[in-house]
Amino acid sequence: MPRVTPLHSRVGPLCQGSRWEEWSGFLTATMYELDHLHEYNAIRTGCGLFDVSPLLKYDIRGRDAVTLMNRVIVRDAKKCRIGQVLYTTWCDDDGKVIDDGTVSRLADDHFRLTAAVPALHWLQHNAIGLEATVEDVSEQIAAVSIQGPTSRDLLAKLTNADLPNLRFFHCTQADVAGADAWISRTGYTGDLGYEVFVEPQNAVKLWDAMMELGDSYQMRPAGTVALDLARVEAGLLLIDADFISAAQTMFDVQKTSPYDLGLAWMVDLEKDFFIGQRALREEKEKGSRWLTVGLELDVTVMEKFYAEWGMPLHLPDRTWAEAVPVFADAAQTKHIGRGTSGTWSPVLKKYVVIARLRPEHAKPGNKIFIEEVIEAVSYSVPATVVKMPFFDPPRKKAWGAEAK
Amino acid sequence: MAAHDVIVIGAGHNGLVTAAYLAKAGRRVLVLERRESIGGAAVTEELMPGFRVSSLADGPGYLSARVRRDLKVESRVEILASDSVAFCPQPDGSQLTIWRDQARTIEEIARFSRADAEAYPGFVELMSRIGDVLGALMEMTPPDLPEVGMQDLRGGLGLFGPLRRLGRKRIGDLLRVLPMPAEDLLSEFFESPVVKAAIGASAMLGISFGPREAGTAYTFLANWAQSGNGLFRSAGVVKGGMGALTEALGDAARGFGAEIRTGTPVEKALVRDDRVVGVKLADGEELEARVVVSNADPRTTFEQLLEPHTLDASFTRNLRAIKYRGSSVRVHLAVRELPEFSALAGGDAAALRGPIQIAPSLDYVQRAFDCTKYGRCSENPYLDVLIPTLSDPDLAPEGQHVVSITARYAPYALRSGSWATHRDTFADVVVGTLAEYAPGIRETILHRHVLAPTDLESTYGLPEGNPNHGEMTLDQFFHMRPIPGYARYRTPISGMYLCGAGTHPGGGVTGIPGHNAAREILADAK
Repeated sequence: MPRVTPLHSRVGPLCQGSRWEEWSGFLTATMYELDHLHEYNAIRTGCGLFDVSPLLKYDIRGRDAVTLMNRVIVRDAKKCRIGQVLYTTWCDDDGKVIDDGTVSRLADDHFRLTAAVPALHWLQHNAIGLEATVEDVSEQIAAVSIQGPTSRDLLAKLTNADLPNLRFFHCTQADVAGADAWISRTGYTGDLGYEVFVEPQNAVKLWDAMMELGDSYQMRPAGTVALDLARVEAGLLLIDADFISAAQTMFDVQKTSPYDLGLAWMVDLEKDFFIGQRALREEKEKGSRWLTVGLELDVTVMEKFYAEWGMPLHLPDRTWAEAVPVFADAAQTKHIGRGTSGTWSPVLKKYVVIARLRPEHAKPGNKIFIEEVIEAVSYSVPATVVKMPFFDPPRKKAWGAEAK
Repeated sequence: MAAHDVIVIGAGHNGLVTAAYLAKAGRRVLVLERRESIGGAAVTEELMPGFRVSSLADGPGYLSARVRRDLKVESRVEILASDSVAFCPQPDGSQLTIWRDQARTIEEIARFSRADAEAYPGFVELMSRIGDVLGALMEMTPPDLPEVGMQDLRGGLGLFGPLRRLGRKRIGDLLRVLPMPAEDLLSEFFESPVVKAAIGASAMLGISFGPREAGTAYTFLANWAQSGNGLFRSAGVVKGGMGALTEALGDAARGFGAEIRTGTPVEKALVRDDRVVGVKLADGEELEARVVVSNADPRTTFEQLLEPHTLDASFTRNLRAIKYRGSSVRVHLAVRELPEFSALAGGDAAALRGPIQIAPSLDYVQRAFDCTKYGRCSENPYLDVLIPTLSDPDLAPEGQHVVSITARYAPYALRSGSWATHRDTFADVVVGTLAEYAPGIRETILHRHVLAPTDLESTYGLPEGNPNHGEMTLDQFFHMRPIPGYARYRTPISGMYLCGAGTHPGGGVTGIPGHNAAREILADAK
């Protein structure tokens, strides 16, 4: 039976259709209204307010905290300054991704890791021989995420933090709505946005303060359906959609390396030992099986396929996440990969798909075909390989003078 | 150029055997020992003024025949076998002695059960055949399952003879009995609880299990395979104590050119790019060598001598899974006169020259074990007692004796209290138990020295007080010892090897792990 978050007294009544889903054992709203598009539009034009309390959070402390982080993650924790946040994956011995999340350095000997799947045992096990403790603080810290162009201005009304100078993927300790908080300039929307972490007893006070200002900043509470749409536009991967945790499948064919996932930029082969380093060195030398890239579908061709059935063009209004075959040719004789999640992007007016392809077919500009099934008949929709993120507004990273 | 080809960390008996074989093969070997004397768990120490004792191990009979021969051990030290293999006094004043001489043993057994006496020769024959198979297995380097290669087939040739002698039908028996409780195996042959305990109890000496636990039949057979006398355990002493045996191994190593430095603790093995390059001593000195061999147990080797955070997660997971769980306490008594066992009154005093077993039945041993499951020490412990001064009077002042007791079971991890307080309480229980069989002993005690599991850990470097560097259970045997995939004496660090009891075939002063490790190190150099 899923439990409720510290914000349930607020999000419960707001969730009009009781459209809940389970997230790490907690009820979480998929949408507050009966349709998600208002919430989505708020994220891109005003801001969306999310209850992200179920996020799994682990505190790693001690003299060897940095060594433990470095053993686990593929990025170099030594280079992570206090107040900096890293997006990273962690792998098994074979260099296959177990999960992704963020690592924040809160002090010299204190890191906080967020994860999609439970990581306590993995972290504790890997602390072998190290002076480092790992604590699951998931339920000791409530969190809201405020995402969208007006988020900074709204949050600024409630905090003493120097928000214009808080850079993308950095965090700071501050007072927010009268409570002690960590503000992290991160999120899952690829937009300007912040995650605010407070003690559970201060969560309602924080939420109420934001909601009170909400109307002036076109803010709406938003659920996971709108979030999932925004994250595809931002080219952000989702576990169990774009990859499967190597810890949760027994089949090598279902496992992916950071290289497979298009995350080569984060793998630091030169740093101290980390789990999977040997395998990833070898993979870098020999080449990867896959590369994850973006696709833009040619909807004019799609429209013709629908016309054959006398139907208007149908486009997905929310993210689908399933394996859709991708081919090198329209005749579907050469299979080269799969789409893993996709959606019609309202802000871009494009049909965008995150896809995992054979590397030789994954160069930007390459033309390929993705299957679309209409009336149980398979069609090949032309698509172009593009770089991700699909949507990347300058406000996402703007700071200092640029952040007015 | 480095002054040494090979550095062996630890001068336990296996480290010395490895050093001797490598030096014999022309390697320049340096052995570094933390303590002031060599020997590890096979040492003679003056733990009580004027009384020298074999502090931990006291059975020389398990030393491999091959090692004895190759290192000319018998020309360097005197091993005194005893006619008695187990003297078993009973609470009712009777006694059963197992003798090296089978005819004599059968007569003894017949006093308890005629059927058991008749079953005994067949039992010895079958166990010896099975023991021969295990014995051959022990000299093998285990394969890396499931990748079995040509080298494994060659290594497995030694199994061929023993298996053929065992016979096709009885190969099935072998597979059937290994996972059994020792008690079940013995009950298939014997009916008398006294007989079963006399034969079976000592299989529990090196394992934190009782005889009714699954897999203890394997431990029983492993002892059989290693004792080499066609019997279930070793019996006899080394002149000068066990330290004289390891001194002999040290002499052999030195004789072949190896250098041994005592009082020289190693802090770290030095590793560069997954390759060992030498060691760093506790005083900061660094010594180069292309090969480093650890005689320490796996936990100490990988968690202290190496940096465990640089090892694969699957490896460290398996490392953590190794069970140690020591549960023995050693109690050494210095006594004014030879203890008088009431059960022996008028009997053959030669019975006392071998091991004395206080284990009236396997049920008694099982009950002694039961407490350890809950973190408590046994109130009626099973005792394995040796009076080495009967064969080797020089260990004590004239006319006086040493009584060395291995008392079981007493868990390393106590549910309440600490070993600082339990050490003497439990030793009192041990002496009290012995006094039930040798009533006058308390009054003759001059000194008492107790070694708790925590002492084994701190003084002798045996984690959790397990002298075998990891339990000798069926799941930590052969290709699973110490870690599946790393049972071939090699480690994830190239050039770094293990040679201690943590590797196949495990504990006991056999020298076989040391011998096998040297063989693999030389094979890699080819």
